[in-house]
Amino acid sequence: MISQNVKILIVAVCLLAFAYIVPQSGSFVVLLATRAMAFAILAMSVDLLLGFTGMSSMGQAAYFGVGAYLTAVLATKFHFGMGWDFWLVVVMGILLGCALASLFGLFAIRAGGVYFLMITLALGQCVWGLAYRWNSLTGGDNGINMSGRPNFGLDLGNEVTFFYLVFAFFAVSLIALFVLVRSTFGRSLAGIRERELRMQILGYNTWLHKYIAFIIAGGFGGLAGVLWAHTNGHVSPETVVLTTSVDSLLMVVLGGAGTLVGAAIGTAIVFGLREFLSTLVPWWQYALGGVYVLTILYLPMGLMGIPSRFRQRTQGKDEGAKKLATKPS
Amino acid sequence: MNTQFWVVQAFNGVSYGALLFLIGSGLSLIFGVMRIVNLSHGAYFLWGGYIALSVINFTGSWALSLPVAALAVALIGLAMERLFLRSEGLTVLRTGTIALGVGVLIALAISAKWPHLIGGAHWIQLTVLGAIATLAMYGLFSRISIVPVDTDVLRQVLLTVGFAFLFQQAALDIWGGNNMDINPPPAFTQSIVVGGVYLPLYRVFMIAMAVAIGIALWLVMEKTRMGAAVRATVDDAQMARGVGIDTNKVSMFIFALGAFLAALGGVIGGAFLGIYPGLDFEMLPLAFAVVIIGGMGSLGGAAIGALAVGLADNFGKALFPEVSYFTLYAPMVLILAIKPTGLFGRE
Amino acid sequence: MLKKTLLGTALAAGLGLAIPAQADELRIGFISPTTGLYAQIGKDMVDGFQLYLDEHGGKLGGADVKLIVEDDQGKPDTGVTKAKKLILQDKVNLFVGGLLASTGYALAPVSTAEKVIYLSSVSSADDLTQRQLDKYPYFLRTSWTSSLPNHPLGQWACDQGYKKVITIAADYAFGYESVGGFQKAFEDCGGKVVQKIWPPLGTKDFGPFIPTMKADADAIFTVMVGPMALQFPKQLRGAGNKKPIVGSGVSYDEFVLPFMGDEVIGDVSSLHYSAGIQTPENEKFVKAYRAKYGKMPGYYSENNYTTAMWIDEAMKQAGGKWPGPEQFIKLMQGIKLNAPRGPVSMDDMRNPIENVYIKKVAKTKLFGYDKEELWNTTVKVYPNVSQFWTYGKDKFLAQPVYDRDFPPCKFCE
Repeated sequence: MISQNVKILIVAVCLLAFAYIVPQSGSFVVLLATRAMAFAILAMSVDLLLGFTGMSSMGQAAYFGVGAYLTAVLATKFHFGMGWDFWLVVVMGILLGCALASLFGLFAIRAGGVYFLMITLALGQCVWGLAYRWNSLTGGDNGINMSGRPNFGLDLGNEVTFFYLVFAFFAVSLIALFVLVRSTFGRSLAGIRERELRMQILGYNTWLHKYIAFIIAGGFGGLAGVLWAHTNGHVSPETVVLTTSVDSLLMVVLGGAGTLVGAAIGTAIVFGLREFLSTLVPWWQYALGGVYVLTILYLPMGLMGIPSRFRQRTQGKDEGAKKLATKPS
Repeated sequence: MNTQFWVVQAFNGVSYGALLFLIGSGLSLIFGVMRIVNLSHGAYFLWGGYIALSVINFTGSWALSLPVAALAVALIGLAMERLFLRSEGLTVLRTGTIALGVGVLIALAISAKWPHLIGGAHWIQLTVLGAIATLAMYGLFSRISIVPVDTDVLRQVLLTVGFAFLFQQAALDIWGGNNMDINPPPAFTQSIVVGGVYLPLYRVFMIAMAVAIGIALWLVMEKTRMGAAVRATVDDAQMARGVGIDTNKVSMFIFALGAFLAALGGVIGGAFLGIYPGLDFEMLPLAFAVVIIGGMGSLGGAAIGALAVGLADNFGKALFPEVSYFTLYAPMVLILAIKPTGLFGRE
Repeated sequence: MLKKTLLGTALAAGLGLAIPAQADELRIGFISPTTGLYAQIGKDMVDGFQLYLDEHGGKLGGADVKLIVEDDQGKPDTGVTKAKKLILQDKVNLFVGGLLASTGYALAPVSTAEKVIYLSSVSSADDLTQRQLDKYPYFLRTSWTSSLPNHPLGQWACDQGYKKVITIAADYAFGYESVGGFQKAFEDCGGKVVQKIWPPLGTKDFGPFIPTMKADADAIFTVMVGPMALQFPKQLRGAGNKKPIVGSGVSYDEFVLPFMGDEVIGDVSSLHYSAGIQTPENEKFVKAYRAKYGKMPGYYSENNYTTAMWIDEAMKQAGGKWPGPEQFIKLMQGIKLNAPRGPVSMDDMRNPIENVYIKKVAKTKLFGYDKEELWNTTVKVYPNVSQFWTYGKDKFLAQPVYDRDFPPCKFCE
């Protein structure tokens, strides 16, 4: 077992190396990395729900979507958020994500397991329907084009500058979530994930814990959406579709749920694979489907779970595998 | 908005609901018996339609395409269930299938990335490369044991989504991406006129099919040994095993039946919705709405759910076209919020 | 420092990127959805362009062409990434394509930001070459605006003596702009649009909509895309409605026509292209395309074939050397082509001026093919139609872009 501090050190070194190398690798790599990091914030918010609270949300794109649309609407209709007020938009994006999650949470938290999955799916689809339908605000199917990125002394139009900004947001989100899951609150969440009934008996208000986690995840989703809108300069209903939510779930599982870092790694792999393969061959969807199937069958704990799978192999094999499988849903 | 308007709209809603019953009932049974959320169900629907098109092209018989497509897809569903959703047995076959799939992809990727390596896309080299890759993959995967999916909802969802993607791409490669249409016999394209109201015969046929299948399913569930075993498994799988019911066989039967029904829906719906890429993921949320509203695992619930969704969708679009995207999902959210197990579901 | 660069290069190579540009080579990026729901359309687009290239030995205007096809998966934001990849990594001189209107909207700003030409070869969102053109100095269109073929159709419907028309169109921007064009011209001529129905994009069950149609209308104007186009006529006739259909060309484009039943015979639609145009240029194109790809070319294919032809001509005039974006635009605007779709040139808002064909579906034999097939046969040609129809640029641009409620439905109930 590597100690916790060493792990943190490894992650920090990897992050710094990433921030150092990417800007020197050509502007397209910078763009890809920026996209992946913005999306990784969304994936980490999914991980907060899935890995640390045991709730698999199929509607996380909703918060992502409101963050993105907020940014685009403010920028184009009110010319707000293109200077220093960009930071206000960031705050508003987070708050809007939280607000929407606090509304949706009222419906969703009560349900468990597959019903939670279904209700978040339906709620996510409602937001998609709004984005698609509310023409005067969202531009409907055409979406919204933004003209350029904010400039507040720091010109975000420069891809490298923007990369560093998104990197900072990504790193701060990672640290904030890490601190959160290590806090007393985070530990109670883990307790709820493992044994909800016992926590109830111990006097915890499990509903409230889950509700708060849901709202926090919504906030990070909103933040990711703000960054995503500026990364692409374009927001359309495609941002809010069901596959965005399902993709983010897969990325978390691929990297390893309950590790935060795994969510980021999973995002990087899916983005990389998609970019690389879609340029190379027309059948990249086989590879993506294959990744889904193989991850689920062979790596239920994700890539971050490989070390522990190896350890289990060396200790009596099958019991280890069974133990993994009985992880409660 | 006279009586005629309401009659026609109700008829349309019921006929659409009939189609939804075919795809929804299978999904509901699969969940009820196996506790599996199957996101490939839309793909079964689509594949049913495509296979029927091939049968029609080949033999010219629409009537023949119904059973052939449904049985073919039932077999596909069965294979998927045996190999990937159940973890006991068939290890060699499962590992072999996976290795073959991965191996072929690796060979194709190599030939695309470094064409000079195999001298263009020459099929002999490609085959050899594929065989080597397959063997290597077999060596790799046979050393790792799979972790059973069992009742972990999230893993089921992602696994079956993965298969849905695979099915979608395969359909695109096999049948192309054109928008196609199944043409039923000319007799079905007529309309009957009742009191000045045109009732397209095909819609009547859809209702008749759904009713016939609904009754057949009900009879099987209520009157046969297999049905009794299925009901017992829905109620309490552990108890059922305890009294000597082979739940393994039950689950096999149900998964094949669910796929069969979805594919039948695809053939029947194909003449009504067309057959084209993306139809799978369009039908899936509808099927889920049926199951959620009706409650999972209940045939009667699926029937009521299908009718409710068909009518809500129809009247929603006709009366409140502005908000037609919500007429489906908003009631779904409300029902789930009030009664998470659906109208007829049991926990 | 060396080590850093090496790492960077390794990372770039790992992603399969970084090919430096060569001289005397025209690098063209092509963005279309080659996977997912629109894969076939994306393929038809590429095939059209490729056919022209193959017919000319892979050269346009004497320059060797390196065509790099990128898959946007039918998603605008993926399209943006791919466009940037083409520009930054592959160093393309220009990029072509974009199927959906939303993709067109998303790609245009990329051309502005990167100062690279974007030739929109299918995407038809009106405003890109109208009120918003100022924002996109590197944007040109070789295809059409959604309302362009529907202005003449409105006039034609009026000339047929239709007084009252119902419109039923997919509920999104393309539908609004198509209906808007039809309604404007039809009502200016004295007709009345008495009902506008907007089924959601992707509707296949028209059961809810058909019974609401007013009984006293003379004709029905439709805008149906993809799978919708196959089901609507079938269900309309099945429900006993025998009124004449006049429709946007996409409702009967050759992409869907071969899969339609005989109930569509006699339906009228309008577009800037139809495989049934009986000119030597088109006959040659249709035969070559069918021989090579085994299917009927629709406007997705023709638009891209003509785009390649247009670039060919511009490069010829530039002497086979890439003239730079500003000069390229000037050359493109000065060209008059005789394309399969007929004579075509570009207006000062960088949108084509082209013929509009009012066409009727007929079961017949054309071009010496020995099988009876459904063809869009030309009923009337409106020559050299501009996106502003007969209104004049200034007057036309003074009105807002066509929308769900513009022009307002004055005669609805």
